[in-house]
Amino acid sequence: MDDYRISGKKLKDLMEVLSREADLYAPVKKNDVALFKRIDSVSDINLDYRNTDVPSKNIVFPQTETIFSYTLDKDQKIEPPPVYRESIVFGIRPCDAHAMSILDSVFRDDFKDPYFLDKRKKLTLIGLSCDLPGASCFCTSLSGGPGNKTHLDMLFTRTGDDFFVEVVTEKGKAVIEKAKDLFKKATDKLKKQKDGNIKKAEALIKRNIAVDGIKQKLDKLFDSELWKELSQKCMGCSICTYLCPTCHCFDIQDEKTLEKGRRVRVWDSCAFPEYTLHASGHNPRPARMNRLRNRVYHKYSYYPDNFDMIACVGCGRCIEKCPVNIDLLDVLKKVKEAVK
Amino acid sequence: MDARTMKDIYLPEPATLLEVKPFTEMETYYRIKLDSGRPLGHKPGQFAEISLAGIGEAPISISSSPVKTDHFEMVIRNVGNLTRALRTLKDGDRVGIRGPFGTSFPVNDVMKGKDLLYICGGMGLVPMRSVIQYTLDHRDDYGEITICYGTKSPSERLFTDELENWGKRKDIAFLETVDRGDDSWKGNVGVITKLMPGISIDPHKTVALVCGPPIMYKFVLLELRKMEMSNENIYMSLERHMKCGVGKCGHCQINGLYACQDGPVFKYSEIADVKEAI
Repeated sequence: MDDYRISGKKLKDLMEVLSREADLYAPVKKNDVALFKRIDSVSDINLDYRNTDVPSKNIVFPQTETIFSYTLDKDQKIEPPPVYRESIVFGIRPCDAHAMSILDSVFRDDFKDPYFLDKRKKLTLIGLSCDLPGASCFCTSLSGGPGNKTHLDMLFTRTGDDFFVEVVTEKGKAVIEKAKDLFKKATDKLKKQKDGNIKKAEALIKRNIAVDGIKQKLDKLFDSELWKELSQKCMGCSICTYLCPTCHCFDIQDEKTLEKGRRVRVWDSCAFPEYTLHASGHNPRPARMNRLRNRVYHKYSYYPDNFDMIACVGCGRCIEKCPVNIDLLDVLKKVKEAVK
Repeated sequence: MDARTMKDIYLPEPATLLEVKPFTEMETYYRIKLDSGRPLGHKPGQFAEISLAGIGEAPISISSSPVKTDHFEMVIRNVGNLTRALRTLKDGDRVGIRGPFGTSFPVNDVMKGKDLLYICGGMGLVPMRSVIQYTLDHRDDYGEITICYGTKSPSERLFTDELENWGKRKDIAFLETVDRGDDSWKGNVGVITKLMPGISIDPHKTVALVCGPPIMYKFVLLELRKMEMSNENIYMSLERHMKCGVGKCGHCQINGLYACQDGPVFKYSEIADVKEAI
């Protein structure tokens, strides 16, 4: 599809147009934390981030989501969830878009999850290439990259004062249609400039791992002492799972006042002991060692078994945010060394 | 198609408690009917989610045979917020039901024509009763039927009228034991595996069905191995902390398997090598 150019000065106008037509999600900063929010005023948008601290999964899989609400009178009238509006996310990094495709597999498999799939279907992903990948980024090891557009509807890349705009899907084309006069056809010169910027960004990614064969090695390592060693310093805080763009575990809970209530699903984490605790008191994953191991296996062994893909995009958040510096890449490197 | 038109897998159906009866100090029996009048349509060994608005939802085994279509039964132990609230309900009160979910015991293929050896520990009788009842309802379709049931104490025995009936029947062998007896108990004392050496089976024409507390499985499996049962002919229902029941929320995951979807009933040969399963 065609390539376009939009002036940096016109970006705000584009955001105005998009937020009129749909729910617009874009990065904002709150208490110095970069995250995606639904935008009420385009002046709130803040593009000064390497990657958002909180992944964009909350747009389709909110941390707390009402499944349905009900009255607590005799009738117990059930109110289904709202009809979701068309939404656009601007500024999603290619790795987070990749993660959305990974989440699709779970929510689409067998039973269809109506809440996730409806929002996902109505969502247009406008990516923003990375110009400054973080020190923990390793997306290039997982078939991604700072300018990878595979899982996006369109991709913006900063080129000086302008943005180079690539349209990937029909949904992306529709965005151009909505604001035709803001976009100009891109020149070959600008494309070269863009390619150069992406190359520069790629060169900033210093960390990497060859992921081929890790699954086979993990299959031989389940009972290894390695997991005990690695989990020694884990505090079980679960930040690695909460900030992981592919983690999708949730709990279902009821909340109520005197007159009404709602059933919500809330993010949960396999790093918590209560997560697997039976009502009887028995716990099949009793120690932190079991839980840390489960997280690594789920990403690099179980998910490949079930969906033929690794459930990791190399965004590096779990490495960056771990309070005790447990480093997934180091863990994987130890796995590779442990099995010859 | 939006969330309102897509089949909502999380939305419970209203149901009414036809009968609520305390069984023991901890367990309560419920006879339940969906308000729509549709039969639940479960297979023996499956579970359903039961919920109370404002309290919560939990997965519970269905304890009755699918042969009865006008209602279904559950027996629920009082161990948490929801189950405590359920304990206070009366006949005619209403609950929410989702399901049935999960795999079932192969009553119509593998088990047909075979001798059946049931091993039920404690609450394990609750899901197993749906299969036992089904095979007794279709008695001619199966060979010898042996039921072993063990509880911690005589006061924890469930479905006592039915147990007495099973004990009297000539077409089944019913063996019982308790971990600790009391003055009134005249039967066997000891864990369930103590019953097993006395049972004579033909391992080539027997299917063993196992359900009980997590600790029970490995010891029962040792006894079944002594009886020369092959892993192919052992079926077991595994307990896990489940939440959504539809393979999304992750709670019941056992390696790459989901107990709510790939289980709760597993053929042992399929999980013998799965770490953390038993």
